Amino acid sequence: MKTCLVVDDSKVIRKVARHILETLDFTVEEAEDGRAALDHCTGSGMPDVVLLDWNMPVMSGMEFLRALRRVEGGDAPKVVFCTTENDIAHIRAAIEAGADEYVMKPFDRETLHSKLQIVGAA
Amino acid sequence: MEISASSRQILAGLLESRTGQQIGIGRRWRVDAALAPIARDGGFTDVDELVKRIASGQAPALAEKVLEALLNNETYFYRDKLPFDLLFAEPLKRIEAARMKERRLSIWSVGCSTGQELYSIAMSLAEQATRWRGWTIDLVGTDISRTATERARAGRYSQFEVQRGLPVLQMVRWFEEEGAGQWRIAQPIRDMVRFENRGIADRPPMPGMFDIILCRNVLLYFADSMKRLAYTRLADAIRPEGALMLGAGETVIGQTDRFVSDPDSRGLYRPAPGAEARRVA
Repeated sequence: MKTCLVVDDSKVIRKVARHILETLDFTVEEAEDGRAALDHCTGSGMPDVVLLDWNMPVMSGMEFLRALRRVEGGDAPKVVFCTTENDIAHIRAAIEAGADEYVMKPFDRETLHSKLQIVGAA
Repeated sequence: MEISASSRQILAGLLESRTGQQIGIGRRWRVDAALAPIARDGGFTDVDELVKRIASGQAPALAEKVLEALLNNETYFYRDKLPFDLLFAEPLKRIEAARMKERRLSIWSVGCSTGQELYSIAMSLAEQATRWRGWTIDLVGTDISRTATERARAGRYSQFEVQRGLPVLQMVRWFEEEGAGQWRIAQPIRDMVRFENRGIADRPPMPGMFDIILCRNVLLYFADSMKRLAYTRLADAIRPEGALMLGAGETVIGQTDRFVSDPDSRGLYRPAPGAEARRVA
């Protein structure tokens, strides 16, 4: 079973993502901001996939991604941005920073599933 | 509210007479969901009232709208992914070698709906620009739904559609952001494809010319007699060394003698030996 860390400051989004991911046979872990997510990755081990919001308090998704890619083993998780920042400039910036995929909110099960297939996690 | 059995029968008759498609058990739930908004917008009390109006023969435009709503236009970019990987491996190499002299590659997406399948192929070929330099490439999509082919031609997709199945790198490379959640496939890719509004029972767009035909998740909606006609049309359209791809779980076995399984590529079919002679005859 693969592990997905859902990083989003919205409890509702985390709940929706958890529900979808569990139907796709993922073990789901949650973090409410980039800092908590980074602590989780360095403390509890790297997940297979990170589903990552952009705008969050404490540490943004982009700051988390840059920090993650610098730590040992941090290049391993596939990072899928999942955000309302739906313009091409943000998408390009995410790719340049090392994101593997990008989901524009709102999303549904099929979209998320297809993106996880693309990164080889589902 | 669930629609009556008689309404269902009228709708099934309309769909089959106009398109050859049947409303199977697995598709019944869609009928209510697809027609409820049309009934509501038209001021009908329910779908049964809407069907009565269509059955009167007095509202051809409304009947057309209902027909369009009943067609299943489900599709997405690189649907199921694996078939595309399969196609771009051995079969395309084989066809490329066979067509090296003419340097012409022709691909037909049957029941292309809103075009994602054909655009997926166009993008993949465009990403192999060096390989196909100097080749004439025909990418043709056909569908019985006028609305779907018009949308395919426009190449505009909603935020949901553009990200379903499509890797973000390809989205960034081949799509333009139009704002308000709309994305449009870039002109160079649109220029590679052609969409026509025609059904499977119609004469093929380029008889005897196609190297690859994709007819995925289309024939499962047809009665056996219509399937036989469809296979005849496909056999008339394909080149002797061509490849036919059906949907996952679909097979020609027991359906037609015009195609046989491709021993080298699981899930692909080749014209049966002698198919060309039959076509000429």
